[in-house]
Amino acid sequence: MKRTLIAGALGLLLPAIGLAGECNLTVDRVEIDTGEFVKEGIGYNGESPGPVLRFKEGEEVSINVTNNLDEMTSIHWHGIILPFQQDGVPGISFPGIKPGETFTYKFPITQSGTYWFHSHSGFQEPEGAFGSIIIEPKDREPFRYDREYVVQLADKHPHSSERVMRNLKVTPDYYNRDQQTVGEFFSDASENGFLSTVKDRLAWGDMRMMKADVEDLQGFTGLINGKGPKQNWTGIFEPGERIRLRFINSSAMTYFDIRIPGLNMTVVQADGNNVQPVNVDEFRIGVAETYDVIVRPKDDQAYTIFAESMGRSGYARATLATQEGMEAPVPGLREPARLTMADMGGMPGMDHGDMPGMDHGDMDSTNEMAGMSGMDHSQMKGMDQPQMKGMDHSKMADMDHSSMAMSDGGASDPFYAQGSGLVPEAANGGKFLSYADLKAQKPLYDEREPTREIELRLTGNMERYTWSINGVKYEDADAIRLKYGERVRFKFVNETMMTHPMHLHGMWSILDVGAGQWNPIKHTVSVQPGTTVYMETEVDAPGQWAFHCHLTYHMAAGMFRKVIVEGGPESTQATSSEQSVDVGGDA
Amino acid sequence: MKRWTPLIISTFLGLGVIPALVSAQERMLDTTERKQPLNVWGAQFEEFEYRYSDDDEEIGVWDADFFYGTDNFKARWLTSGEYSFEERAYESLENQLVGQIPISKFFDAKAGIRIDTPEGPDRTYAVLGVSGLAPQWFEIDANFYVSKDGDTSTELDAEYELLLTNYWILSATLDATVAFSEDREIGVGKGLVSTETGLRLSYDLIDRAFSPYIGVVHERKYGDTADFSEAGGGNVEDWFAVVGARISF
Repeated sequence: MKRTLIAGALGLLLPAIGLAGECNLTVDRVEIDTGEFVKEGIGYNGESPGPVLRFKEGEEVSINVTNNLDEMTSIHWHGIILPFQQDGVPGISFPGIKPGETFTYKFPITQSGTYWFHSHSGFQEPEGAFGSIIIEPKDREPFRYDREYVVQLADKHPHSSERVMRNLKVTPDYYNRDQQTVGEFFSDASENGFLSTVKDRLAWGDMRMMKADVEDLQGFTGLINGKGPKQNWTGIFEPGERIRLRFINSSAMTYFDIRIPGLNMTVVQADGNNVQPVNVDEFRIGVAETYDVIVRPKDDQAYTIFAESMGRSGYARATLATQEGMEAPVPGLREPARLTMADMGGMPGMDHGDMPGMDHGDMDSTNEMAGMSGMDHSQMKGMDQPQMKGMDHSKMADMDHSSMAMSDGGASDPFYAQGSGLVPEAANGGKFLSYADLKAQKPLYDEREPTREIELRLTGNMERYTWSINGVKYEDADAIRLKYGERVRFKFVNETMMTHPMHLHGMWSILDVGAGQWNPIKHTVSVQPGTTVYMETEVDAPGQWAFHCHLTYHMAAGMFRKVIVEGGPESTQATSSEQSVDVGGDA
Repeated sequence: MKRWTPLIISTFLGLGVIPALVSAQERMLDTTERKQPLNVWGAQFEEFEYRYSDDDEEIGVWDADFFYGTDNFKARWLTSGEYSFEERAYESLENQLVGQIPISKFFDAKAGIRIDTPEGPDRTYAVLGVSGLAPQWFEIDANFYVSKDGDTSTELDAEYELLLTNYWILSATLDATVAFSEDREIGVGKGLVSTETGLRLSYDLIDRAFSPYIGVVHERKYGDTADFSEAGGGNVEDWFAVVGARISF
């Protein structure tokens, strides 16, 4: 079984072009058994998740997709750069694949790394219609590993996706079972004082917002490679080996915090693009993101891969072991996450808006503030009055002290609002990956000034379960028009209290972490509540593309846009009769 | 005039051809479901219960609503009634058919028709109302009614849910009716007509689809309405023990 993969070695033997990979995929009704429940779903080649597709950089692939369903389907190659007609979004790239029809996707592979594919039709993806893609690079990989595994995460829910959508529309907190209770009121009161707890509840009640509104969809079973926690997917290793784990989050709605107790992880790739290695104890994977990490277990023992949902309502679990059947302890879930007033910072009309430190050019003030928000409550009380004066007391009262700790510099992350209740912390007190740690291994584009900035406010109404961009749902929106050849700076302003993984099809999202030409290149960018995040895109792909929040039910409720790239080389370009209106159709 | 016709026609044709040429190059339009408004339906029995009064009266009560529509417009059928097992008659039976549109972040406006067909005289009203979520999590439903004869009244419903745990919920309800004119035939006097106050302890047994509960309900009539009731041999005040379930589909 031992396979030594000196990655890239093969690639060197192959001619750069002219390779043609062909593969067949059937879209089928399948049975999904999570170990907790069995449910009919949709899969590829008879199973969910579908197969791991292996391509090589430089080859031309053709993929025959046969639709065995009694409804339309499609496959989107998530993160793959390709001609827009091959992108697989019905109504935008192509009409879709009819029942019984075989559609052949054909495109050149011009990149390498870990990606995935999924249906872009209706709710087929959360029903199980996804698989993974591994593309071997032409050149040597800048890191070494002896063995590799895809670790594909999902959040399988016992309810059908149609029903989940309807329940969320009718009762937005339908699935939220981590809401604040009378019991929590009293425990907060004994911890923070009765009056401040009352004030806190009144402040949130006045906004009609819930601190517990972190995960819309609870009650799922976390899956790794299709296996529930009880079924325990296991990857075999020999002590001393370097194992490359290709994490893919194919969840409909769930962010996972991933750790392998006892092992340090070296993050080497994010969203298919190599990053300068970062050693971490834990990392958060947004919906649709991928992270490749390398671990090196030295002992002959089992290790648990523990993926805890961001809101702490569920988890996925797998095992790395030296032989089948070995297990390591499975940690318990941490306390449910609670939003703070800081997470509301982006909401219009809130005086907490414009939190300092969110500008990435302003890192210093971030760290200063971080120290403050990181203080635990007992220290607060002991502080000198003069020092307290500078602070807004009401804000302090609203902070969730329990979720903060003083681990060198405090739990802070420039990609979260100051004092946010969502700032992740490593379970062992160690290093938790931040977007700010991601630096491209090799810049993909020359650094240049963006030609213009487009502001996209991420908006929504939790009580109505409507989600939108610039306050306009997709059904009412005009397309975003970009010009071939420009470099656009997107400014995401999250005015909601939820995290949105924004995914632009067809072109790279260069996430601004303040590292200039070393800014990481991604396909999905998470925007935390109350924050502003910038990304830049070299508009180098003519045609029309989808751009949306990758949370299934947010996308379906309207947080979606069509992007039209005008101009470009010869035949690929075209004009459209749609009216040219400002971005996002903001009224 | 006649000789202008071909010119006009050809002009129109010409104008017609130009967009056609453009659209030959046009990219596809998104006509998928994603680009359509999301249609949603809901069916819920907020109350579906058996009541036993301090007067040994037994009644069956329901309060349900069914809707279909989009974010921008919903058609809603609201139905409620009280059936007396002893008299085998509906003490009250009310159906409303309303259209509902959002008017603010948390509130909707409703307009439509209400038809009351209990034992005794029937009534038809025009309905104008607002419903939504008020600060501090009070569910509010306020309606204004005008009967065919011009009698006007207003009704306010408020509900608050206290989460003892995430499954045990204590809900308090208040329902008050005020009439602006007397409708003697159906025993309604001018002024505060009646209140119904309830306290129900429920447990979410199957998701939020089936939540059995027990509770107490207090009904009271006021002013002339109370006098009318007494004159007719009815009660002014009732206490009920209730058992039932909140059901949604």
